Amino acid sequence: MEPMRKETTEYEEKTDNWKDIDPKKVKQEIMEKYPPKVARKRSKHFVINKKVDDENYTEIQANVRTIPGIISQRGCCYAGCKGVVMGPTRDIINLTHGPIGCGFYSWLTRRNQTDPSTTPDGHNFMTYCFSTDMEEREIIFGGEKKLKAAIQEAYDIFKPKMISVFATCPVGLIGDDIHSVTREMEKKLGITIFGFSCEGYKGVSQSAGHHVANNGLFQHVIGLDDTVKEGDYKVNLLGEYNIGGDAFLIEDLFERCGITLISTFSGNSSVDHFSNSHTADLNLIMCHRSINYVADMMEQKYGIPWLKINFLSAEATSRSLRKIAEYYGDQKLIDRVEEVIAEEMPAVEKAQAEIRPRLEGKLAMMFVGGSRAHHYQELFKEIGMITIAAGYEFAHRDDYEGRHVLPKIKVDADSRNIEELDVQKDPEKYNPRIDKKELEAEERHGVRLKDYEGMMPDMEEGDYVIDDISQYETEKLIETYKPAIFCAGIKEKYMIQKHGIPMKQLHSYDTGGPYAVYKGAVNFYYEMDRMINSKVWDHIKAPWEKSPELSAMYAYE
Amino acid sequence: MKAQKNIEYKATSNACKLCSPLGASLVFRGIEKSMPLLHGSQGCSTYIRRYLISHFNEPVDIASSNFTEETTIFGGGANLKIAVQNIIKQYDPELIGVATTCLSETIGDDVPLILRDYNKNDSGKLSPAIVSVSTPSYSGTHIDGFHGAVKATVDTIAEKGNIEAKHVNIFPNMLSPEDLRHLKDIFFDFGAEHIMLPDYSQTLDGPLWSEYQKIPEGGTTVKQIASMGDAAASIEFGRILAEEESAGKLLKKKFQVPCYSLGIPIGVNETDVFFNALSTITGKPVPEKYVQERGRLIDAYADGHKYVFEARAVVYGEEDLVIGLASFLSEIGIVPVLCASGGESGHLKNKLCQVIPDFETRGIEALEGVDFVDIGDAAKKLSPDFLIGSSKGYKIAREINKPLIRVGFPIHDRMGGARILHIGYKGTQQLFDTISNIIIASKQDASSVGYTYM
Ligand code: SF4
Ligand code: SF4
Repeated sequence: MEPMRKETTEYEEKTDNWKDIDPKKVKQEIMEKYPPKVARKRSKHFVINKKVDDENYTEIQANVRTIPGIISQRGCCYAGCKGVVMGPTRDIINLTHGPIGCGFYSWLTRRNQTDPSTTPDGHNFMTYCFSTDMEEREIIFGGEKKLKAAIQEAYDIFKPKMISVFATCPVGLIGDDIHSVTREMEKKLGITIFGFSCEGYKGVSQSAGHHVANNGLFQHVIGLDDTVKEGDYKVNLLGEYNIGGDAFLIEDLFERCGITLISTFSGNSSVDHFSNSHTADLNLIMCHRSINYVADMMEQKYGIPWLKINFLSAEATSRSLRKIAEYYGDQKLIDRVEEVIAEEMPAVEKAQAEIRPRLEGKLAMMFVGGSRAHHYQELFKEIGMITIAAGYEFAHRDDYEGRHVLPKIKVDADSRNIEELDVQKDPEKYNPRIDKKELEAEERHGVRLKDYEGMMPDMEEGDYVIDDISQYETEKLIETYKPAIFCAGIKEKYMIQKHGIPMKQLHSYDTGGPYAVYKGAVNFYYEMDRMINSKVWDHIKAPWEKSPELSAMYAYE
Repeated sequence: MKAQKNIEYKATSNACKLCSPLGASLVFRGIEKSMPLLHGSQGCSTYIRRYLISHFNEPVDIASSNFTEETTIFGGGANLKIAVQNIIKQYDPELIGVATTCLSETIGDDVPLILRDYNKNDSGKLSPAIVSVSTPSYSGTHIDGFHGAVKATVDTIAEKGNIEAKHVNIFPNMLSPEDLRHLKDIFFDFGAEHIMLPDYSQTLDGPLWSEYQKIPEGGTTVKQIASMGDAAASIEFGRILAEEESAGKLLKKKFQVPCYSLGIPIGVNETDVFFNALSTITGKPVPEKYVQERGRLIDAYADGHKYVFEARAVVYGEEDLVIGLASFLSEIGIVPVLCASGGESGHLKNKLCQVIPDFETRGIEALEGVDFVDIGDAAKKLSPDFLIGSSKGYKIAREINKPLIRVGFPIHDRMGGARILHIGYKGTQQLFDTISNIIIASKQDASSVGYTYM
């Protein structure tokens, strides 16, 4: 359906002039408003993209703690662990050990979708939010008894396959030993039960929680079930959370290509799939930030290599599929992938041709997550839009500058308190999937393994790359550029809409999606057109504000 | 005092309550040029912001003192001071409202002491008023944080001046911005000056911005709060609140301001009491406009009672809201078969009996301190016709295939949560129409013939 057209507004005219704005000056103006100490700090997070040599871009500071009193969009370690990585798995009972708020606020707020009909027991606990709801008594006398009772209760009612326990801030402080409780209950009940020490004060953002969750899954779940499934090309998909049904589309695409998906971490996922995931022969990473640890550890222990892929935008999807096919180097797969791409592209091209003229040259900004702000840029490019500012909430330097900076990243106290597991080859289950030489060279059939170049190389010089952007910086960028669209999360949503600027939530997609692979890309193009060209933006100014003569008329009549 | 809970441990699944600093933050967002600051790790403040934002569909800034692992060992004093400093520099607020979290409470940080030190260190520069309130979530819910923050604010700021003041203080409880606007209209139409605390009618439901607002416009001013000690009277809503140490009672004790503790004015009965009180306090008759509103409402009751009569409702939410809704429902002949709350004052049943004279004979169940699993279990047995409460009851409504009428907080699966009017004759009218129509629609949809007449 043809969306309703709107008139050109004032700010659009301004948008055309954005190239005249000097980013360095903008940065300077913003920094001047901060107290000197804060300015010094923020200026390292707020960089103007610039290539410094063949390999390197301007260094950005990331993954350091937020300054007290400066409002950031970051969550806590617990949020990353429970909400992001563990939350979207339907058949785990996730029990928050703490006072009520922490659990309540992480109760199904991410719009992860799941399809319980695909696991035999049909378990789905995702609509539940379990909490020990600690009260004063437990704070004073300890909460282990209550935790035990809660595990027992959950087991009695639901008979789940697995229960995981999450520690919140007060728990760490009063010294409850969740690990000994879970060990005891595991023995007693005979199902997998373990705890995460993901107290909110650990690390500097939810990113620490991703790491804790990765460690937990790796230690307690992955490798429990050795059943080998049928399939020529068996992969795991890591860092795909099935927001708005993205994973469903990817699953479908894989099936058509003849690729067998063993497990997704964690979207439309099940403990059964996790336990079995070490039988795959390739790991594919979507969201680099939240889950690269698991991929690394699986390589070390089981010999499974990993590839960075991206299924957001048609271009990236084709590229990723070809990369997978090249990796296997099997002509059957290479041909099949080309067939599928050929089937999909006509619809995509048709949509692009239709939408592009309406959005060409418009500006986008995106500040979200630890990979999405990179992935979505390509979707915008496909409809002619330009991303001039982007950044993450909780990423590390390698997500911006590429993995080659990893050895150079300083480990500070905040990161040191997150455990790094010492992983060894599994004496029985280690099975190198590819040649030792290839593994060492990190390359197979011309496909780079374990490689991620980060966001910066995909952005123009002079673009803004901003880590952990503050509310104030956001406001200033909006004021200066009046972008056609701003992508972020719920916390920024209404502030941006207050300026009369369309805003797309890229954490939970508002109520939209899916946006992955080809069908999702088309969906996204149309949605951008409907949002950016909506008629509601015409009403921002009342007639008497638009033209002074008119208001004079009202006054004298 | 909270009711004594039996010692048998029970986990909470799908809680029917939120945590206390959320309530406190809401209050501080309803004061002009004020900034809430949560003393603890950043996760609490991020989560709470998200919840408030998704209900109000407005930006909500809440600062945090950003605890780290070392802070938990050495105490949060230094962080709190830095946070206060940075907020002052960036936002230039007139008030900073500090609420604690479970973490700082467990550590035992003495916030007032830390901040007293701070004020000394920073002498010379005019600093904003700082109100601090203790809000450990492990003893109390969001509503306790709400009332606690109102009381702490009044305690810190209100004074007695010398003027011959005639204004009325109004402590409205946790209502919607639309409710607050309606209240202001009522006072205006009575010709009665008033000071309402909190007043987030604009800060949390405002127009588009033409330019960046560091702190959204609106809210009770610090100056107004200061003059609350001079008021002719205070009115506070909430029959449960009436049992607790409240801002109104504090003003009475400190400055002898008479305090009227009323129920939340939902339904004719409770609204009549409110208008009566206003009339008494101001010495003026109820304005014609409201006489008309009341008349229209009763007329609608007369026309519609036959459609709603004997319908069965499950009501949940904060205890005071539940009492208000139950009082209204029962006056139109609907039986609130289950009145449930995550709160645990120990007074719910008692208070329900006061507003529902036939409480006992109707077999109504009043449940305190319950979660949505308990509510769901009870609801399944009681075969209600509809549920009324926040978005959180949707799972149950879906399971038993009955409509959910969204009121209260949080509403994050519909538009306009901030614009629901619950109170006064006008709010009651809207609730009455909504409920009647839902019941009528259910019958219509269930009928094999597509009647379009009633
Ligand atoms: S720790 Fe306490 S204050 Fe923080 S979110 Fe949890 S319940 Fe709320
Ligand atoms: S108490 Fe800790 S774990 Fe809970 S929400 Fe706050 S920061 Fe996160």
